[in-house]
Amino acid sequence: MPKDHGIGAPSKRREDIRFLTGRGVYTDDITVHGQAAAVFVRSTVAHGRIKSINTAKAAAMPGVLAVFTGEDFKDVGGNPAGWLIKSRNGEPMREPKRPVLAHGKVRHVGDAYAAVVAETYAQAKDAAQQLADDSVIEELPAIIDMAAALANSSNRVHDEIPDNQCYDWGWIEDNRAKVDAAIKAAPHVTTLELVNNRLVPNAMEPRASIGEYFPGTGDYKLTTTSQNPHLTRLLVAAFVLGIPENKLTVVAPDVGGGFGSKIYHYGEEALVLAAAKKLHRPVKWTAERSESFLSDAHGRDHVTKIELACEKDGTFIAFRTETMANVGAYLSNFSTVTPTFLHGTLMAGPYKVPNVYVNVKTVFTNTAPVDAYRGAGRPEATYSLERVIDKMCRELGLDPFEVRRKNFITTDMFPYTTPVALAYDTGNDPATLDTVMQIADVAGFEKRAAASKAKGKLRGMGLSTWIEACGIAPSHLVGILGARVGLYDAATVRVNATGNISVMVGAHSHGQGHETVFPQIVASKLGVPESSVEIVHGDTSKIPFGMGSYGSRSLAVCGVAMDKALDKIVAKGKKIAAHMLEASESDITFADGRFSVAGTDKAKTFGEIAFSAYVPHNYPLETLEPGLEETAFYDPANFTYPAGAYLCEVEVDEGTGKVDVVAFHCADDFGNIMNPMIVEGQVHGGVGQGIGQALCEFTTYDETGQLLTGSYMDYPMPRAEDVPFYNVDYSCQTPCTHNPLGVKGCGEAGAIGSPPAVVNAVIDALQRGGHKHVTHIDMPVSPSRVWSAING
Amino acid sequence: MTKVSMTVNGKSVSGEVEGRTLLSAFLREGLGLTGTHVGCDTSQCGACVVHVDGKPVKSCTVFAADVAGASVKTIEGMANPDGSLGVIQQAFQDHHGLQCGFCTPGMVMSAAALLAENPKPSEHDVRHYLDGNICRCTGYHNIVKAVLAASGQSVPAE
Repeated sequence: MPKDHGIGAPSKRREDIRFLTGRGVYTDDITVHGQAAAVFVRSTVAHGRIKSINTAKAAAMPGVLAVFTGEDFKDVGGNPAGWLIKSRNGEPMREPKRPVLAHGKVRHVGDAYAAVVAETYAQAKDAAQQLADDSVIEELPAIIDMAAALANSSNRVHDEIPDNQCYDWGWIEDNRAKVDAAIKAAPHVTTLELVNNRLVPNAMEPRASIGEYFPGTGDYKLTTTSQNPHLTRLLVAAFVLGIPENKLTVVAPDVGGGFGSKIYHYGEEALVLAAAKKLHRPVKWTAERSESFLSDAHGRDHVTKIELACEKDGTFIAFRTETMANVGAYLSNFSTVTPTFLHGTLMAGPYKVPNVYVNVKTVFTNTAPVDAYRGAGRPEATYSLERVIDKMCRELGLDPFEVRRKNFITTDMFPYTTPVALAYDTGNDPATLDTVMQIADVAGFEKRAAASKAKGKLRGMGLSTWIEACGIAPSHLVGILGARVGLYDAATVRVNATGNISVMVGAHSHGQGHETVFPQIVASKLGVPESSVEIVHGDTSKIPFGMGSYGSRSLAVCGVAMDKALDKIVAKGKKIAAHMLEASESDITFADGRFSVAGTDKAKTFGEIAFSAYVPHNYPLETLEPGLEETAFYDPANFTYPAGAYLCEVEVDEGTGKVDVVAFHCADDFGNIMNPMIVEGQVHGGVGQGIGQALCEFTTYDETGQLLTGSYMDYPMPRAEDVPFYNVDYSCQTPCTHNPLGVKGCGEAGAIGSPPAVVNAVIDALQRGGHKHVTHIDMPVSPSRVWSAING
Repeated sequence: MTKVSMTVNGKSVSGEVEGRTLLSAFLREGLGLTGTHVGCDTSQCGACVVHVDGKPVKSCTVFAADVAGASVKTIEGMANPDGSLGVIQQAFQDHHGLQCGFCTPGMVMSAAALLAENPKPSEHDVRHYLDGNICRCTGYHNIVKAVLAASGQSVPAE
């Protein structure tokens, strides 16, 4: 029987009630009394010099309250990059200013260079069109192709950066010569050049922000679509507008998905705050989907050459990669760490390979900024590794299952430090491989392939075995690597006088189900009903300073902070109980919601202790403060390392090139599981996005920098018909060794492990069908690409 | 400005609208029924699906004035009279058919329209019918399960 309560139970989500009845409150659902509407004027050219903006006509239009241009923000700060990366030669990365509104130049289609605030949205939109008509922008040649950008010193995205390069990073540079020598001496080297396709995150809720200013106190409030309200507050207040942090409240209410794109601070947030201050009116902006495509941070966009050196029996000797990573026109907040430390440090995979070297050149182009998108660097590493391993197996005639097994870090080797500097604490990769082979019935594949053939389809099977680093992140470590913030999290547990509990958490839930899962942990720990626990998140005026939700960190970092705060609650409860029960504190035990004197029947319930803390009539006031509220900050000692084995089966129609994913099996090791229903849902969603990347999603700018895939008519989002039911197994559990919950995180796994499994399956199908010349097809593996590959 | 009147979730309502006012805007801003969401500009995502005279429509692509006199049903009208979740809503909760919740109102409205047309759809029927509703969170797995369960059919154990 599954558990029905507390840790490990598939508790149904309490937040569903409001979402299913239309009572969720997303930013655009909020109307503040007196609110005006903002509309942005966005560049229609990819690269241009702003010659003039005549605001007079727009400002005089009906309902218009204010017009803003880059000139209005030239003296405030830029939106900074969160990590300072150093090049191989020791030089710091190039870090151009990212202004609230473009000033002097526009650098990508969609770059906002002006804004209009009016009484109504329609009036603001009309005036924004007038302002666009009255702007003179001299178009410059667009810089789109990364290799051309690096080679061209005369055409520059930022005038002060001659080769359009942000940095040239090597990891680990000291190992380079050794890796080069190992590859040179190796009996076999497989080389693969591949593209990790650029994706648009496409959270279903477009970004939106409401700025408010309260002249009586000088306070500001920003309601916004954010995954991390405290980080947004820090950026917009301290770095951009120069508002004291304590005068700004940031609220992220219900947020309709993020996937990374809502981690970052965007200029629109600063604009609505500045406009609210100027007008003494609340100002709201909501993106249209076309604005989302043009201005949300995109993901991936790597061009990589990977070499795998090995023995003839498939034993790995070395991996070496050279990557160009597109950062777009400006540095978004996490953009510099994503292609480096979130990518290069994973390039050993789950394998005991002795030599690894990663080189990444990050390039400015006249495209939307690129930043972390679900998985963030780790999908790029996994894709490169798992594709080149499959190619090697084919070249040497080896079994891809056995080659992986042969190279796995074995369970007796943990903790294991890789040549790219991560220290994996625990894992059991042979077990997840065994599991996926069993649940996928690998032995029965040939029979299924014959059935597919009878239908006129080629069937293929693709494997991906992966590991990721998440639970981001140990501050001492990331500080050494260039992070400009700490990456701890925080929780406050407030036991109310009547015994129910409010927990204020730094993590933000935008689909992950924190409002349900976090109470399960509290319930198990304190022996109280889940229903007596309420999670408060997303409001900087209510919650402690946490860093929000991304990098599969909510449970592994914030959940652990909450667990530690609960420890403090129990410890204080024991002191109170010792006094009330006239016993020694060391004799008090706590279990199932009761504080007992060991070896006696004397006990107090949790509720009695809570009441006593707030009505301290019989209470050790001379040694103990009243009240029962505790806060803990938790900074992890290490990353967590979820890992797994994914297996995909596809059917390929040779006549049309269409690929159908007919089965997808996941064997994951997430450590301990708090709510299996939600874990499965997270994997489903990640795999859905990974299949989307592998089969259909792509982002195309033409040579002039126009976004050709700027709507759902052109950008193929995966639909219900494009995916199968997924088979998810999480029975292999090696608990994280350095956090007390033993949890690892599950939010990104699906998106990390799935793309290479799909592509490997497609290549396998084509090879089995006799198309021996097809050894690689870049994602998305669309019908036209497959057909072209078949027909050479 | 034009005055329009219609029935929304069984109640007679009216309001002043511009010719360009969309039904989604009239529901959200005019009536405060913010359960109907707008997720795209191109009638693709389906977050805005409501029923007009029993048929599913994308309310971001219909002018409010064009549905004058019609009977409109939104997500706010889908619960049972006692306030408890309706069968489809309950199936979405039971099978974890939603995560961020943004696409959910449109999914529920489309699912209701499907089951009205086809009370026992196959898995393929469900996936095909939901082609006009995009979800970025769930990979559709639990949405399809929820719709099958709401139709009274067995669903995969996973």
